[in-house]
Amino acid sequence: MSNNPQSLFDKVWDAHVVKKINDGPDVLFIDRHFIHEVTSPVAFLGLKSRNISVLYPERTFATADHNTPTINQHLPVADPLSANQLKALEENTKSYGISHWGLGNPKNGIVHVVGPENGITLPGMTIVCGDSHTSTHGAFGCIAFGIGTSEVEMVLASQCIMQPKPKKMRINVNGSMQKGVVPKDVVLYIISKLTAAGATGYFVEFAGSVFESMSMEGRMTVCNMSIEMGARGGMIAPDDTTFNYIKGREKAPTGEAWDKAISYWKTLKTDDGVVFDKEYHFEGADIEPQITYGTNPGMGMGITEHIPTSEAMESGKATYEKSLAYMGFNQDDSMIGKPVDYVFVGSCTNGRIEDFRAFASIVKGRRKADNVTAWIVPGSHIVEQQIKDEGILDILTEAGFELRQPGCSACLAMNDDKIPAGKYAVSTSNRNFEGRQGPGARTMLASPLVAAAAAVTGVVTDPRTLLA
Amino acid sequence: MAYDKFTVLSSTAVPLPIENVDTDQIIPARFLKATKREGFGDNLFRDWRYNGDDTPKQDFVLNNPIYSGKILVGGKNFGSGSSREHAAWAIYDYGFRCVVSSFFADIFKNNSMNIGILPVTVSEGFLHKIFTAIEADPNTVLEVNLPEQTITLVATGEQESFDINGYKKHNLTNGFDDIDFLQNIKSEISEFVSHTTY
Ligand code: SF4
Repeated sequence: MSNNPQSLFDKVWDAHVVKKINDGPDVLFIDRHFIHEVTSPVAFLGLKSRNISVLYPERTFATADHNTPTINQHLPVADPLSANQLKALEENTKSYGISHWGLGNPKNGIVHVVGPENGITLPGMTIVCGDSHTSTHGAFGCIAFGIGTSEVEMVLASQCIMQPKPKKMRINVNGSMQKGVVPKDVVLYIISKLTAAGATGYFVEFAGSVFESMSMEGRMTVCNMSIEMGARGGMIAPDDTTFNYIKGREKAPTGEAWDKAISYWKTLKTDDGVVFDKEYHFEGADIEPQITYGTNPGMGMGITEHIPTSEAMESGKATYEKSLAYMGFNQDDSMIGKPVDYVFVGSCTNGRIEDFRAFASIVKGRRKADNVTAWIVPGSHIVEQQIKDEGILDILTEAGFELRQPGCSACLAMNDDKIPAGKYAVSTSNRNFEGRQGPGARTMLASPLVAAAAAVTGVVTDPRTLLA
Repeated sequence: MAYDKFTVLSSTAVPLPIENVDTDQIIPARFLKATKREGFGDNLFRDWRYNGDDTPKQDFVLNNPIYSGKILVGGKNFGSGSSREHAAWAIYDYGFRCVVSSFFADIFKNNSMNIGILPVTVSEGFLHKIFTAIEADPNTVLEVNLPEQTITLVATGEQESFDINGYKKHNLTNGFDDIDFLQNIKSEISEFVSHTTY
């Protein structure tokens, strides 16, 4: 073992530093760049006005997702502004020679779902995208983070980004998990303990047996939400689960290149003896199904608990009370039994096949509650196909649910999938900010199991009471 | 993007003493459909600023004519949430050049500096002083001095210094951005690419 132990994060970061600037950021090389219709048009405008081209177009991948309708995708997009953004993406990618999976393409879907499922995301890469949940790709041992449009332009122009190196945090969760507790609960629990700003300035490594025994889908759910505690990103060391997931995917290495890749990927872990700037330890057994009650993802708790009183809050009493007023909840309320109008299953947090399997496991043999409108939105066409192939669609249909077409949908409500003002939604997405799912919408973040329990009972329900 | 050089800014300020102001509040997603950078200022804080029928909400600070200026002062954890640079554009387009808070979300801070807005991080105590001063007198003038890295309540002379790295400071005071820098090190980038793993 080397006598200078390094963390997974240091290994990947240091391997990508093109140049260090005195009293400034590092120039970091970016292996893969994802773009979508919303945050890229102005970046291309910038390139044009500077009269520079895309340096390595083969390293950028485009998909349309944020603004797309989730029904009748074969028809022209009705909203002229959305249609305009989709057209800009198509034209820009075409004129610069960038791969583009637009609406109707069988590979189309949410950027953070299609990257991994097509083998574009590989261990040890640096990955950026103009969407904060780019942290999802950290599940493969990547340094992956969201960037702004000026930075999108920067990466197109130079394949580099200028970043000061963040501090290192490790979050360990060990032990076994209770029945009915899934990866979304693990990450909501962590965020509720650290708060929505608790990891600002840090890059997080998730470690411990709970993550080691998680599927890749689950690890993606966890890394996806690392941004919700303020972290630049989160990552998990690649292992056999990772390698098995990647093997055989379209853009994954094969033959000799595969063997070489594996031997490199196996070096991507934190050495013994590394000291982190901050470290946390949690017990898997302490985690119950989670739900949020407020207007940031840190305002969550176990589903059987009561909403904390403002006395119990360390700071920001006024902000806390504003948040509860927006939600129409009172201090010390129980969440169980709260009314639910909408259920959203989807997004880059919980729009993968495992999430629909979980949802179906509770829905099977039951009926959708009459008072609930449910939007079930796969993360990609590939996931949509899996839902059909595995018989999940039949279970959904029998229970009175409909499956929509892939896209970001009600995660950010840029398309028509908006929760009406004042209505309550149990959502498997990642943000419960005021108005995130539509002006005045009231969002409760939860796992696909909690969403399923709400969808069949019509109120907030502990999914453990419905599990066989 | 080309923006005005930032050196010393003396201005009254608009107070927004709310914590965790997230980018969905600064500019809601439904306004992100433009393919240009300009015009976002009209929808800055849209849902706090206007009712559903587009009439202004009288109690929101941007609708109160006694407050104005090029400096926005926000509560702790300003700019959390989505990576949308549109949030910074909206703030710039509205006319702000500087945002003061006791804590900024990372991506927002980066985005701001990339387009010529200076984020100034002050202590909780100093932030409180600023809010109190503006509450007592909406014409309170703040001086933000980038070369000296100081922020001053002009009337009382109370001052605090703030951090910024030398590279970003150089860019902001000269109106440069990162792309200008990267265009000049292209040969180093192509040399690096010749031995990357991927
Ligand atoms: S699903 Fe939501 S968080 Fe994910 S990429 Fe789309 S908008 Fe961003």
